[in-house]
Amino acid sequence: MTAATPPHTGPELRKAPSAPPAAPPSRPATGTVRRSLLRALPVSPAVVLLLLFLAGPIAYCVVIAFTDLQLTGQAEESFVGLENFRRAFRDEAFLNAVWLTLVFTVLSSLIGQNTLGLALAALMRRASKPVRTLTGGIVVTAWVLPEVVAGFLLYAFFRREGTLNAVLDWLHLPSQNWLFTLPILAVSFANVWRGTAFSMLVYSAALNEIPKEITEAAEVDGASGWRRMWHITLPMIRRSIGTNLMLNTLQTLSVFGLIWVMTRGGPSGKSQTLPLFMYEQAFQNSLIGYGTAVALLLLLIGSLFSVVYLRLLRTEV
Amino acid sequence: MPVRPTVRFTALFTLTALASTSLAACGSGSGDDPDTVKVSFKQSTDNSIKVMDTYLGDIKKQFEKAHPGKKVELVPIKAPDSEYYTKLQQMLRSPKTAPDLVYEDTFLINSDITSGYLKPLDPYLAEWKDWDRFIDTAKAAAKGEDGRTYGVPDGTDTRGLWFSKDVFAEAGLPADWQPKTWDDVLAAARTIKEKVPGVTPLNVYTGKPAGEAATMQGFQMLLYGTNDGSTDPLYDRSSKKWIAAGQGFEDSLAFVETVYEEKLGPEVSDALDPNFGTKVRGELLPQGKLGIALDGSWLPQDWLEGSGHEWPEWSKELGLAAMPTQNGQAPGRVSMSGGWTWSIPAKAGNPDLAFEFIKTMQTKANAQKWYVANSGIAVREDVAQDPAYVDAQPGIEFFTDLVESTHYRPAYPAYPKVSVAIQEAMEGVTTGDLSVEEAARGYDEALKEATDNQVVRK
Repeated sequence: MTAATPPHTGPELRKAPSAPPAAPPSRPATGTVRRSLLRALPVSPAVVLLLLFLAGPIAYCVVIAFTDLQLTGQAEESFVGLENFRRAFRDEAFLNAVWLTLVFTVLSSLIGQNTLGLALAALMRRASKPVRTLTGGIVVTAWVLPEVVAGFLLYAFFRREGTLNAVLDWLHLPSQNWLFTLPILAVSFANVWRGTAFSMLVYSAALNEIPKEITEAAEVDGASGWRRMWHITLPMIRRSIGTNLMLNTLQTLSVFGLIWVMTRGGPSGKSQTLPLFMYEQAFQNSLIGYGTAVALLLLLIGSLFSVVYLRLLRTEV
Repeated sequence: MPVRPTVRFTALFTLTALASTSLAACGSGSGDDPDTVKVSFKQSTDNSIKVMDTYLGDIKKQFEKAHPGKKVELVPIKAPDSEYYTKLQQMLRSPKTAPDLVYEDTFLINSDITSGYLKPLDPYLAEWKDWDRFIDTAKAAAKGEDGRTYGVPDGTDTRGLWFSKDVFAEAGLPADWQPKTWDDVLAAARTIKEKVPGVTPLNVYTGKPAGEAATMQGFQMLLYGTNDGSTDPLYDRSSKKWIAAGQGFEDSLAFVETVYEEKLGPEVSDALDPNFGTKVRGELLPQGKLGIALDGSWLPQDWLEGSGHEWPEWSKELGLAAMPTQNGQAPGRVSMSGGWTWSIPAKAGNPDLAFEFIKTMQTKANAQKWYVANSGIAVREDVAQDPAYVDAQPGIEFFTDLVESTHYRPAYPAYPKVSVAIQEAMEGVTTGDLSVEEAARGYDEALKEATDNQVVRK
């Protein structure tokens, strides 16, 4: 899995001063080794725990992804090689889930949470303190709510007798059952609603770090708001944009409870993203082996996104 | 801030995402204490419904009194059906988590038997006199393909048509309605649609969100009434193969299509809401907003006193009719039966004590108390004949009577997947995304996949 995120692409390695030129050649190599071993000692308990409770189950998952293990209905499982993966790519429901996962991620994370978070952060810098506190409070509340609770709230908002339709009726606009007609849009909106706070916090912090003199200088030079945003602010916070995109994307890829509560992936699989598809295969159809293979593929998609973001971050401004 | 994304951090993050999908089960297993019998059961997800908790609490008291020094630990699992099965199967996999006694749906019992999760009970049953009181079809419900018995059924259920007498009166339909064919059912629904606006004429559960309810209360109630009405239309027992979609299958799909296309059923979006079953029992029927409901014998347990949706007058306001066969061919009516059994896990620590607990539950008096409490249908002859049971609740006689012409699902290991394939075909014709032929073809494909191509065409 780590193969998809090769260790040399890390920005911190790139930033690290290239090989200390003044290293005394006379120092014996064994001393360095001993010293690094000693330095590693304090973190070793944590590493052992990580290996045991994180790497262990993951290794187990990788193994069962290559078997036909079932939860029930089978006396013994056997090794089936790549069959689960082949099966996934033949399975229309899987391809549908991949497509919906991409739509969901692009809509709710890349476009929704990210842009809205940035816009809110930028607007709130100019807002008065009470407005700032109020907006911040509301947005953060949505974020703090447990996923399932948020799911129920939004289910109540979108359902046929729900708040949204009541508002539309009041405005004499046509109402409809959003969870039925546009399920993927409804759950994407729900994810935006829930996750924007995080982006907003990241961007608020980033914007606060931009030195005032630079923006003031640009203002004196006659740059409009949009130009200042495009040519100064965005380039200066690009590192935060990358971080935020990556965290948002990974978080969004694994959203389960929200969609489960609102639509259960339906109707007819029209909002069945990969985590829901995986759950259905593993736990409802009892196909643990196949479900785990799907989980690994989901992981791969996550890694691909990560690699893209890391590459973007690497380019120096 | 800003957090620097490092490779290590990314890797960790992605790994956590996966770790959250890892398959863990928790809880301590049976056998750590030879004097305690651990009993797992399905607790209702509706907090106001405590039927089983109360019953088991009572049995626990009786058992502990009769067996000094022994203790019963009740381990409730609070989950909707499909999640209950999953949780249970995870517990049964390991001796560390397996309880001594589990409540198994006959829907999955063969699948769990094949997995080696359950213990054959034949040695215990041979020495238990009450076993002879159980009716044969019920005994068969918990029998594995190896001919051994893996569970003691605690009742069964049957299905039929519930109808609102008020709605029928308003529509000018008879209060003693007894349809003879599918067309009679559809005709009544059309009349209601025309004469009583604002009321859903007929509910037939459909689609994946409804799960097994769609398959059993909906589709199979139709399918088993097609053809000659006596042979199994899903599974061919002689060749041990599953039967591909034939005329009867397509006719049943066409019935579902008609219901939703002509808007005789609920709004499609409501029908595909996973919580629709709760709405039918809790709102639509009690409020007289549903004309005819194709549903199970257990509905009144939601309407008993203390259940949260009390409706003692239901027996005056609702009529009951048997579901007819397609064209009225013999035997004239259809019902499906399922039910639950008490089983002992293969990895149970105290199986002997667990069977003692089953015996306590299944004294005639206790069994009778349970059937009445959960609106179950008796599977013991002695109880079924007892006037105290027959009179205990309106409707019991009607549904017990249906046992005669009922069918049991071919609950072999592939069944749960076959059931999903049926739900998908139903959902396709319900939404109008698929024609009947397309849905039937899709079922054939899914059937091959689910059964390793053990399919015959008939």
